[in-house]
Amino acid sequence: MEGLISLAVKSIFIENLALSFFLGMCTFIAVSKKISTAVGLGIAVMIVQTLTVPANNLIYSKLLKDGALSWAGLADTDLSFLALMSCIGVIAALVQILEMTLDRFFPALYNALGIFLPLITVNCAILAGSLFMIERDYNFSESVVYGVSSGFGWALAITAMAGVREKLKYSDVPSGLRGLGITFITAGLMALGFMSFSGIQL
Amino acid sequence: MSSTRKFLDKIHPLFHKGGRYEVLYPVYEMVDTFLYSPADVTVGNTHVRDAVDLKRVMTYVWIAALPCLLMALFNTGYQANHAMQAMGLADAPGWRGAIAGFFGFNPNNPISDLVHGALFFLPVYIVTLAAGGFWEVLFATVRKHDVNEGFFVSSILFALTLPPNISLWQVALGISFGVVIGKEVFGGTGKNFMNPALTGRAFLYFAYPASMSGDAVWTAVDGFSGATSLGLAALGGVDAIKAAGISWWGTFFGIEQGSMGETSVVACLLGAAFLIYTRIASWRIIAGVFLGMVATSTLFNIIGSSSNPMFAMPWYWHLTLGGFAFGMTYMATDPVSAAQTQAGRWAFGFLIGLMTVLIRVVNPAFPEGIMLAILFSNIFAPLIDYVVVQANIKRRVKRNA
Repeated sequence: MEGLISLAVKSIFIENLALSFFLGMCTFIAVSKKISTAVGLGIAVMIVQTLTVPANNLIYSKLLKDGALSWAGLADTDLSFLALMSCIGVIAALVQILEMTLDRFFPALYNALGIFLPLITVNCAILAGSLFMIERDYNFSESVVYGVSSGFGWALAITAMAGVREKLKYSDVPSGLRGLGITFITAGLMALGFMSFSGIQL
Repeated sequence: MSSTRKFLDKIHPLFHKGGRYEVLYPVYEMVDTFLYSPADVTVGNTHVRDAVDLKRVMTYVWIAALPCLLMALFNTGYQANHAMQAMGLADAPGWRGAIAGFFGFNPNNPISDLVHGALFFLPVYIVTLAAGGFWEVLFATVRKHDVNEGFFVSSILFALTLPPNISLWQVALGISFGVVIGKEVFGGTGKNFMNPALTGRAFLYFAYPASMSGDAVWTAVDGFSGATSLGLAALGGVDAIKAAGISWWGTFFGIEQGSMGETSVVACLLGAAFLIYTRIASWRIIAGVFLGMVATSTLFNIIGSSSNPMFAMPWYWHLTLGGFAFGMTYMATDPVSAAQTQAGRWAFGFLIGLMTVLIRVVNPAFPEGIMLAILFSNIFAPLIDYVVVQANIKRRVKRNA
């Protein structure tokens, strides 16, 4: 239990997907203009992450891993080279399902997210979540915790980013830096603040 | 009319539009409004009227930092003289030694301490003013805004947070980063979201860890190595500090090693009283930071740990060690980067206190946490305000439904 709590804290703050690995930057920067939209996207990423990491974990450990097919009498088969492809496929399928669900039941959120929900499919933070899970050899319960908390960490980062950007509406940025430029600088300064966690050993 | 005023009026046409030094108008404006109240009055109907304008606010903060400045001069010199006495050195090398030699190196003589400390603090402060001032004036000239006194505050606070042994080129680099990236790219004073002085300090901290932390940088004597009180505590808890001959009152008055201006709680309390009396600093933030620190350290006391002595450190030690009091008084209360709503200020302060103790206790990489805690909370300040405002809106809608 203690291990799971440290894993959660670690993936929310210390190894924040957005601010220490700089993953999922395209959506992080494009959809962080308004807090309400950012919260929506954050929740969407969290849900997708919560679904895909454990799903990929099951597929990987029951089908692809070296010796995982021993139940079918294929003890020597190693299909782990398929992990990347299966991760991408699972993510795409799950996002598609999520999109249809939102369209049906939460049309306001669906409209607010617009093009960015399909973009979650190719959000590197999501794929990285699954690949980190494989690389770090998480078991099923760890993968559930990792999925929820890494998604939450990303959501927290984008929400804070949106807050800062709403405040920056009143600032007077030099014309050459307006838009993307200042957003990158902002993200960098936020990462500086998140450095407070680097070095914590859990 | 005084002669200074007359002189300023006389040269005014030179800097005015069409004058010979038109590009340097921000510099003229800076000197003029620093010495005299601006003659500009508000136009239009709706405006907050107050006798104290932004320039005076910033000048007041600068005045509030004076006790810390004095302590910085005294303590830096005292620590250096003390270390020299302990090492048996009779003379300091270089130009500093040549000047300080006139006043002796006796740690018990306050004048010799003040002079020796000034020889280390003043170069740092002058370089800060020159390098940061260069960027301020450059941006003000090119972007046609005023040079704001906000920079005076950033420069003194930045200089006070540096260790005495720092190289001057690092000082220049740090304040340049703080002023340009922390403030000017957002449009100048009041438009940034992170405290510029701390941004510069944090930049130096991560870029040159060897010259910003460790044991060799805290005393201005070459070859002397001594840990800060927090460094001692990280290894052996409060007992290790006491074993090194430092009492709680010593840390309260600031006779210990550390960054130049941050050691003395007394000086910070004087500054805090002045800032609260003039209503520049929000007492809610200060109280929030304090409560957050007390609550979190008490929580750690209760949890306890067999391997980490910092768990057992009581709150009154957290208060006096390191830069906690300095950060709480001068950095957390920065009205620009802090939360702006009353309820939000409590939460913002509490978050700083919590994060400070958290970093000090559970993060072995950093002995001190207040700097990063404030930067971290700066990131969340707009979000805290947003939540407070939304809650207000919801409550009012419900009330008037």
